[in-house]
Amino acid sequence: MKLYEYEAKEIVSKHGVKVPRGFLAASINEVRDAVKKLGGEVVLKSQVLLGRRGISGGIRFAKTLKEAEEASLELLKMRISGEEVKQLLVEERICVDKELYLALTIDRPRRAYAILASTLGGVEVEELVKRYPNALIKITVDPVTGPALFTSRWLVEFYNLSKDLEPQVLKIIDSAWRLVVEYDAELVEFNPLALSCSGELIALDVKIVIDDNSLYRHRGLMDKAYRGLSDAEAIAKRHGLSYVELSGNIGILCNGAGLTMATMDLVKIYGGEPANFLDIGGGASSDQVREGVKLLLTNPRVKVILVNVFGGITRCDEVAEGVISAISEVGSVKPIVVRLIGTNDSIGRGILMEKGVKAFSSLREAVATAVELAR
Amino acid sequence: MKSTAILVNEDTRVLVQGITGRQGAFHTKLMIDYGTKVVAGVTPGKGGSSIHGVPVYNSVLSALRKHPEINTSIVFVPAQYSLDAVLEALEAGIEIVVVITEGIPLRDELILVNKARSMDRTIVGPNTPGVISPGVGKVGIMPSQAFSRGVIGVVSRSGTLTYEVSMEISEVGLGQSTVVGIGGDPVTGLDFVEVYEMFINDLATKAIVIIGEIGGDAEERLADHIKRSGVEKPTLAYIAGMTAPPGKRMGHAGAIISMGLGTWDSKRKALENAGVMVFKAPWEISRALLNII
Repeated sequence: MKLYEYEAKEIVSKHGVKVPRGFLAASINEVRDAVKKLGGEVVLKSQVLLGRRGISGGIRFAKTLKEAEEASLELLKMRISGEEVKQLLVEERICVDKELYLALTIDRPRRAYAILASTLGGVEVEELVKRYPNALIKITVDPVTGPALFTSRWLVEFYNLSKDLEPQVLKIIDSAWRLVVEYDAELVEFNPLALSCSGELIALDVKIVIDDNSLYRHRGLMDKAYRGLSDAEAIAKRHGLSYVELSGNIGILCNGAGLTMATMDLVKIYGGEPANFLDIGGGASSDQVREGVKLLLTNPRVKVILVNVFGGITRCDEVAEGVISAISEVGSVKPIVVRLIGTNDSIGRGILMEKGVKAFSSLREAVATAVELAR
Repeated sequence: MKSTAILVNEDTRVLVQGITGRQGAFHTKLMIDYGTKVVAGVTPGKGGSSIHGVPVYNSVLSALRKHPEINTSIVFVPAQYSLDAVLEALEAGIEIVVVITEGIPLRDELILVNKARSMDRTIVGPNTPGVISPGVGKVGIMPSQAFSRGVIGVVSRSGTLTYEVSMEISEVGLGQSTVVGIGGDPVTGLDFVEVYEMFINDLATKAIVIIGEIGGDAEERLADHIKRSGVEKPTLAYIAGMTAPPGKRMGHAGAIISMGLGTWDSKRKALENAGVMVFKAPWEISRALLNII
């Protein structure tokens, strides 16, 4: 779950990290007030959770009140990757000498956290890794004890900063680590981290991603997890399903991300187009399956539904019951191709058969049938 | 005669943590039916009862006092309590801990995996279907009908896809020596490289099947390893997600930055470059194995 930039900046500034002075604005009037309070040149930043804001034109600079009004009129009408811009962060424009990159995230191979630092700020980290690996260093962070003391020393040296700035670097590292410990952050990114003309380190943008699995221990963040989701994604999330909308007409529902992706691949290989990725996870109840199938039944783009479940911890009888109750609730006439195998599969197939739904045991046959029906 | 299976063999004696829960109880029965020696279970507060004839204790400590032969634990406890359950198993001296639970916070996973490594113990998972050595025993939740005793070692990041590929391997009559799910989360205890090495050293395994998926760099790291060590046993791979659109997060595990790696093509290239055959449909693997073995 991602936080808005203004929320992220609020948290890190409480930790003593310097951020530009700024105000949140949802209307032209509020923008006007903010510009007057700030005085001088401002930056208007769309507050969105998805997409690449900079490239989409979601950030504007304004020298005068009039320019700010004009820019914000446009921004407040914008959509970025489908997401409406409802709020702007209006900030003082900082005179920048140098832009740096600093992030704390997971290092999978080392099974630890890591600080990533680069002298090329403002660039996306994927770009940095691919194109400028020499301008990037990685410092391992122990998942129990946190960043070692030498980390700030290394960073000051690597960034070629004056020694006086070490306490500021330390504050930034500490803030990132507190976000891991107190909020279960899986990514804290300061990008760009500016060395200002007056010689201060200022976080121009801050991105915080919280581990979704940890939300039960951060009750205050729980409602925020639904922001930026489409209606279908929100329904799926509420029922513990993982859902991604795609462009085809074959609705897919499986158990496990790997099997779901494999089923999508096979549908494509057989000449069909998946309408979605829908993973019911492990051990889903019939209620969860029902809600998942309903999502697909009520999606007008879906012509055929392909359910592919290989029961392990998931029981095929629960799946069958979910499918049947979704059909009876929606009263739909869309063809449903079911492939059921594994734990309790004969009970599951019996439940389906009773209601006239044929269940395959062969994956090949099921995929071929679904693709044929979707033509 | 002793089998040479990895991780789960004739000496495996199992403790079930979270045995009185819905999944714990259900799969305890299935494991026993399969022939696994499940000797005790733990659920705090439910000590003194029994599930499918297996005695339940309040703590791992009291279970181990009564049954010192326990060397393996399988964890079904809810995600909120999984870190504590694993730490309890490690402290009590259990060698192999199989963590079935899905949805454990990443930070908890990092802590438990590092703790186990510092104690030289083995974590399988989290978010794994477990381990099965067909005909010998299973410590997991996989449907036994998909597996048969044989010569193929299977290691996978995906639960259900493992069943799919294994069933194909069973159907062509080759069967599996051991099947290991390393788990689908960004951080796992055992990884591809470690299990691959176990299979290389396992006399019962003649060929190795890798089941991966897009995201992360576990497959690329394995490819690096094989490239350095040379192909010692025929190795085949299936990677899910060939047609997944870039930039979309498929499932819960894909979000963490992957250093520019993680696409289907990057995995295929890396593996092929190391001498591993990569296939596009699960059933192509079993056919190819028939030609090799």
